[in-house]
Amino acid sequence: MLQLQDIVYSVPDGKGRKTILDGVNLTFNDGERIVITGHNGSGKTTLAKIIMGIIQPDRGRIILNGEDITKLDVTARAKKGMAFAFQQPVRFKGLTVGDLLQVAHGRFALRSELCEYLSAVGLCAADYLDRELSGELSGGELKRIEIAMALLRDGAVTVFDEPEAGIDLWSFDNLIDAFDTLKDGKKITIIISHQERVMRSADQLVVMQSGQVQQVGTPAEVLKVIRPATPCAKLQRSQK
Amino acid sequence: MSLEFSALEQQMLAQIADLEGDPTGAYNVRINGESYARMSTDNVKITPKKGQAGIDVVVKPNVKGESVHIPVIITDSGRKELVYNDFYIGKGADVTIVAGCGIDNCGGEDAQHDGVHAFHLGKGSRVKYVEKHLGSGAGSGGRILNPVTKIEQDAGSNFELSTVQLGGVTRAVRTTTAKLGAGAKLHITERILTSDRQTAKTQFDVTLAGKGSAVEVVSRAVARNHSQQEFISHVRGTTQCYGRVECDGIMLDKAVIRSTPQISAENVDATLTHEATIGKIAGEQLIKLQTLGLTVEDAENMIIQGFLA
Repeated sequence: MLQLQDIVYSVPDGKGRKTILDGVNLTFNDGERIVITGHNGSGKTTLAKIIMGIIQPDRGRIILNGEDITKLDVTARAKKGMAFAFQQPVRFKGLTVGDLLQVAHGRFALRSELCEYLSAVGLCAADYLDRELSGELSGGELKRIEIAMALLRDGAVTVFDEPEAGIDLWSFDNLIDAFDTLKDGKKITIIISHQERVMRSADQLVVMQSGQVQQVGTPAEVLKVIRPATPCAKLQRSQK
Repeated sequence: MSLEFSALEQQMLAQIADLEGDPTGAYNVRINGESYARMSTDNVKITPKKGQAGIDVVVKPNVKGESVHIPVIITDSGRKELVYNDFYIGKGADVTIVAGCGIDNCGGEDAQHDGVHAFHLGKGSRVKYVEKHLGSGAGSGGRILNPVTKIEQDAGSNFELSTVQLGGVTRAVRTTTAKLGAGAKLHITERILTSDRQTAKTQFDVTLAGKGSAVEVVSRAVARNHSQQEFISHVRGTTQCYGRVECDGIMLDKAVIRSTPQISAENVDATLTHEATIGKIAGEQLIKLQTLGLTVEDAENMIIQGFLA
């Protein structure tokens, strides 16, 4: 179980401090897939980074299976089985896809084993393992490799920050299948997403607004009260 | 007859010239100012110069898959040497040349190797030239290397130069000049690691004189502690040609890296580009590797090793 208790986070602005997260309380149960959605600037990505320890909250506690992990850094959280897929994949000159997948795996893995994870995100593995994680790969390829790394971690808690951003529709279908592979046993999957199809796949859907939790419930409960007024929402529906 | 090397020499030969056991192909092993061992083959002839230190290496035309190892080792503190090596590559030949230099200085005086290598590539020939430099030893004396590489490429030839400074070199100045004929290709990769108060300076001066000639220079530098590196390149195109210079540097601690890429297009059909990026390791790279379970220190090492690979 992962609990976020009264999480507050602010950043300096011209006049003092601007509140990004304002008293967030959430509980994620083992085996659940949680989708966090909300407008741009509602605090979703900040919350994801706080969960992973990339940034520290001003106030509040993060409890993982009864242990307070608030003060633990990113490495320590990773060693406790937490994984994170960035919205914007990081590029590395000189490091190959295989290098990072090997680190993500945590112990020596055969190329064939690493290939399976690339295949899960729609990449022809043999072509990619020796390629540099730099400008020679497209944004969509990097994004899928980023997701493959998170899948490979096979963590107790895996956070995906807008995994659908920058990938094509065919890869998106693969992505949904890949999330399903995580949905077993006691693993918690947290997905930041704007995609209705991803939202509908959740056990628990969280809507953020202005740094606060606006709604929590099953997709059926939450989506019926979200008015599909925006052209963007209509477009997403048409892509379903 | 098997060559005999001390344990230190064996270790250095493995590091600077990938040599374990006796070399295959032609070789000239220079240790502390003397030619310790030399071997020519049917296709590659190595002869000592008269009147000055160094060798002439002549590769017959149209031979394929030949290799030449010419490592240099200095373990005498206070030794300073200037060596001239000339390479004549016959037309259509294809050869790999490995020329590493290691200085192990356990004394208080500087040890220095200045090597002037001149390459004359015949038409359509192909050379892969690997140069590794290493300094070691607990002495207070400097470990100084000043390699000079002069390249003349005839039409359609191809030269691949890989130069690596593995660390431990107190002071180095690398000077490379090249003139390319029609359709000739030159690819240079440079990897330099400095630490403590070491300094390394690189100067490339390439003239693309032949139509359709091309050069690519890729330099990656890592400077730690109080070390300083300087990268100066000048690519000049006088005809229809292509040139690209890329210089990336990672600085840690109090290190300094300076980059001065210069391109001179003297013909409307010359296409020349340069790019230079210098900075510390990106925070997002460290965090990414931390999310995979690495400590900050391990993440830094992995990024640097990959960058210099």
